[in-house]
Amino acid sequence: MAPILRSTPLVALLVLQISLLFFASTLPISSGSEDSNTITGRVRIPASTAIGHAAKFSNIKVVLNGGQNISFLRPDGYFTFHKVPAGTHLIEVYALGFFFSPVRVDVSARHHGKVQATLTETRRSLTELVLEPLRADQYYELREPFNVMAILKSPMGLMVGFMVVVVFLMPKLMENIDPEEMKRTQEELRNQGVPSLSSLLPASP
Amino acid sequence: MAIRVSLLLLVFLSSAVVSFSLYEDQVGLMDWHQRYIGKVKHAVFHTQKAGRKRVIVSTEENVVASLDLRHGEIFWRHVLGTNDAIDGVDIALGKYVITLSSQGSTLRAWNLPDGQMVWETSLHSAQSSKSLLSVPINLKVDKDYPILVFGGGYLHAVSAIDGEVLWKKDFTAEGFEVQRVLQPPESSIIYVLGFLHSSEAVVYQIDSKTGEVVAQKSMVFPGGFSGAISSVSSDKVVVLDSTRSILVTIGFLDGDINFQKTPISDLVENSGNAEILSPLLSNMLAVKVNKRTIFVRVGGEGKLEVVDSLSDETAMSDSLPVADDQVAFASAHHEGSKIQLMVKLVDDLDTVLLRESIEMDQHRGHVDKVFINNYIKTDRSNGFRALIVMEDHSLLLLQQGAIVWSREEGLASVTDVTTAELPVEKDGVSVAKVEHTLVDWLKGHMLKLKGSLLLASPEDVAAIQEMRMKSSGRSKLTRDHNGFRKLFIALTRAGKLFALHTGDGRIVWSMLLNSPTKSEACERPSGINLYQWQVPHHHAMDENPSVLVVGRCGSDSSAPGVLSFVDVYTGKEISSSDIGHSVVRVMPLPFTDSTEQRLHLIADTEGHIHLYPKTSEALSIFQREFQNVYWYTVEGDDGIIRGQGMKSSCAGETADEYCFTTKELWTVVFPSESEKIISTLTRKPNEVVHTQAKVSTDQDLLYKYVSRNLLFVATVSPKGAGEIGSVTPEESALVVYLIDTITGRILHRLSHQGCQGPVHAVFSENWVVYHYFNLRAHKHEVTVVEIYDQSRAENKNVWKLVLGKHNLTAPISSYSRPEMFTKSQSYFFAQSVKTIAVTSTAKGITSKQLLIGTIGDQILALDKRFVDPRRTLNPSQAEKEEGIIPLTDSLPIIPQSYITHSLKVEGLRGIVTAPAKLESTTHVFAYGVDLFYTRLAPSKTYDSLTDDFSYALLLITIVALVAAIYITWVVSEKKELSEKWR
Repeated sequence: MAPILRSTPLVALLVLQISLLFFASTLPISSGSEDSNTITGRVRIPASTAIGHAAKFSNIKVVLNGGQNISFLRPDGYFTFHKVPAGTHLIEVYALGFFFSPVRVDVSARHHGKVQATLTETRRSLTELVLEPLRADQYYELREPFNVMAILKSPMGLMVGFMVVVVFLMPKLMENIDPEEMKRTQEELRNQGVPSLSSLLPASP
Repeated sequence: MAIRVSLLLLVFLSSAVVSFSLYEDQVGLMDWHQRYIGKVKHAVFHTQKAGRKRVIVSTEENVVASLDLRHGEIFWRHVLGTNDAIDGVDIALGKYVITLSSQGSTLRAWNLPDGQMVWETSLHSAQSSKSLLSVPINLKVDKDYPILVFGGGYLHAVSAIDGEVLWKKDFTAEGFEVQRVLQPPESSIIYVLGFLHSSEAVVYQIDSKTGEVVAQKSMVFPGGFSGAISSVSSDKVVVLDSTRSILVTIGFLDGDINFQKTPISDLVENSGNAEILSPLLSNMLAVKVNKRTIFVRVGGEGKLEVVDSLSDETAMSDSLPVADDQVAFASAHHEGSKIQLMVKLVDDLDTVLLRESIEMDQHRGHVDKVFINNYIKTDRSNGFRALIVMEDHSLLLLQQGAIVWSREEGLASVTDVTTAELPVEKDGVSVAKVEHTLVDWLKGHMLKLKGSLLLASPEDVAAIQEMRMKSSGRSKLTRDHNGFRKLFIALTRAGKLFALHTGDGRIVWSMLLNSPTKSEACERPSGINLYQWQVPHHHAMDENPSVLVVGRCGSDSSAPGVLSFVDVYTGKEISSSDIGHSVVRVMPLPFTDSTEQRLHLIADTEGHIHLYPKTSEALSIFQREFQNVYWYTVEGDDGIIRGQGMKSSCAGETADEYCFTTKELWTVVFPSESEKIISTLTRKPNEVVHTQAKVSTDQDLLYKYVSRNLLFVATVSPKGAGEIGSVTPEESALVVYLIDTITGRILHRLSHQGCQGPVHAVFSENWVVYHYFNLRAHKHEVTVVEIYDQSRAENKNVWKLVLGKHNLTAPISSYSRPEMFTKSQSYFFAQSVKTIAVTSTAKGITSKQLLIGTIGDQILALDKRFVDPRRTLNPSQAEKEEGIIPLTDSLPIIPQSYITHSLKVEGLRGIVTAPAKLESTTHVFAYGVDLFYTRLAPSKTYDSLTDDFSYALLLITIVALVAAIYITWVVSEKKELSEKWR
């Protein structure tokens, strides 16, 4: 259960929010006449990539409306979709190692292609079309470090443990029993006869 | 008993959420990944002054890639969108790769060394037209030499440095089609030649700095031109007139236009229609006429003369300047089993610079394209290397009479996949060598133990990895006990079959489909589908299994079909036949004859059904089941689904006794103004369902409705059939239906208001899961529908079962009214989806996983229990014990459950699953531009030990136990002795 929930959305969100504080809200990221608006945005990936493969902009794709258009990132992280009609659109960013929330983008027909963007996963509206990953994805399980408890917990560890108990603790227990009482119990058992297996089980129908 | 044990284990295992997960050092143990680019359209060499010699290619799969010229490896590549076809590729300024795509409306520059996009420019386009990319050759960084692009009626000049549009010229009003753009060096005037309404030649002289038209000349050609044009020199082009019988030389330098007509009959006798071939040769053009390729030299005054002729199977390259103002070109053609590659000088065709003959696999077909490049040898003479594209789409580099490298690019366009078994290991054929002594074996396991305890040094880790990769003969060509070794047979668009080994992904055999008749009309049939024709397992064990390839002579659906039977073990074609009728649909029947050949029905365009194999035995089997054969047809454009049944033999019309007529049984018509069919789906016919009963938490019994005759249909409002963003939530609704294909009865209907397609669905057992877009929430959604049989619900009483008053043995008929109920639930899903598949196992006991191919070209394994309609917000204790997950509004995307881990299956198109013999395990094969294979265990491998099971730890434990027993024995002996002394 534990490895599944290993994600750090909080950290990513924090980074996002801090970065947003410093950004002036210069929203109009669109230009053009009717039916040929342009959506320009930017993808930013936190510089501190703790995970193994460093994020390369050349492997990131930005997808409009589930595959209608695919755009690539410039060295500065900007992307552009041209000839977008007014309406509500969906932008998704695919980068190996990161999870981005899809973005709902409303291109206004009245206000000369004014763009409004909302993250659909967190329902947070963006003042600027700067997309940052919600979390960094770790595709591999991490090997648990060497752990004595883990070995003891494994079936074989349990077997060894049981043996140890039997070997070293049982004689101790036997010693504590009064020899006379022992003899009496043994005699009682002999009088009763060997208890058969069927007598131990409840009467079967 | 074994099943019961495994069931118990299953229950035990399912108490925890199992997700597919992989340690990083396990990559490549069970999976393999192959990267391709597709059939090459254009190639540009980059060899001068470059440390790494490379070739830039663009392909029919919309890939632009940089390949290592020495080894054929991919330096970088980009897969553009599906409707972003590449029109042209070139290198500008010696450091940027320029691609023109989307019919000349998108121009991109990529950094040559690493493939990073540098700039992107969207060009204005008003109409669809052919597009043209002209990149200046000189390396001078100067705005005077812009990139010229014609497309969509506009001529654009774009700066190569930053992609800025310097000027644009609108030709849309005149309907002017640019044919040739000429940028003479050291001149600021650009010559633009084009045709107006295909009958008037116009030359514009345009200032390259401002885009102003300096001069314009036009001249009407009375006969009119026909499309193809060949530019033979900087000031001359040659074009065919509209009758395709006269070659017209157009000279246009200095703004003057002159025509010079040469009838082809003057050049060749008995000439038919001619065709100008695409290669650009200087002062010469190649014309295809009478199935020969003739080379026509263009003299100084536009005089034409034939200098050579070749058979039309010859592929030619563009001309290439070599030393001393000479220009050379390459040609390649087949001679027997060899390829003759020749490089000749254009001016003097008798001077052969290079003549090589190279042995070539005949299953590659003929040469399709040739690209040449020269280099200076150590003795300062010219050497040539040729990149050739074969008919099967493979890409080869030839140099010094040998194939330097080859890439099987046909595998980038897989159209259909099926699986096949490998041959059984025979006695006497000792494949399993005794690889290890006991000491080696122990050493290996000690290493593994160290590795699993994280005590291993880096060298040890490397040793372990190497040991695992080589281990257990996973690439052997025989069947194994667990069914892990199999063949995936893939049919490609080029009509080639490949057999891929699941162990390491290598090509075991490949075969290019041949036409059975060798007629001209059908030189190379295109494959449509693959079917398992003969899978011997009970009878006919000594026969090899075979697959059926259904092909077609031509792209039209009414074209005659071709059947080809291919032996799976050897890859040889057993037989092939021209069936003489068209192929609309192929239906494998659930019957086999005595040699275990499966019966297939093929429907043609005339409404007849043909039975295969054409044997009397097959006919008698089919006659027995004649009344029980039903099928349906979907007419997506009209919104009609028709159910069909067999009527009679079509003896009245033809003498063919294997031909049958059909009758229409039912129709379902969807109102065309409100519903449009976008997706239909049935269950996989070979799917195994383990049990029909499902025990719910309150000890209640539910019966799954597992009819094979269910059809899932999804319709949307016609307005919502487009892309996301083209419709408002009020205008679009998605409706899904479950239709019985025998009776046409609509069993269930579910409507999603404010939703639209595309719909990607998967149908298995008694459930459908489908993915669509919810416009109101502006999120993707996944809905599950489970269907249960109500008519058997009363069979819960034990007494009824004891007294035989149950209806479990009553025959099920599709004609009886089914009493069924459905349960459904919807969840949000945070990604767009390309395809969905479901795991399949040998007996259907193992729980299932959905395999979701996302638009990011990754594959996510999602446990079916996440899409269970019985999920509630607060499951009771009993429900939790059963493994019901608390309801959440969206499905989790767990990074560790990407089965493709840190890889991408670029251009993902389909996912195929096939069961292994081991119940817990399933094969997964995903294809697109790339290929990916892995083995999955949806409930973990509960029926076998995993590879990293620590035998060493087991041994140590046993040794410790034995030692302990011995010690206790000695101790007790001593104690007894001392007691006796007492």
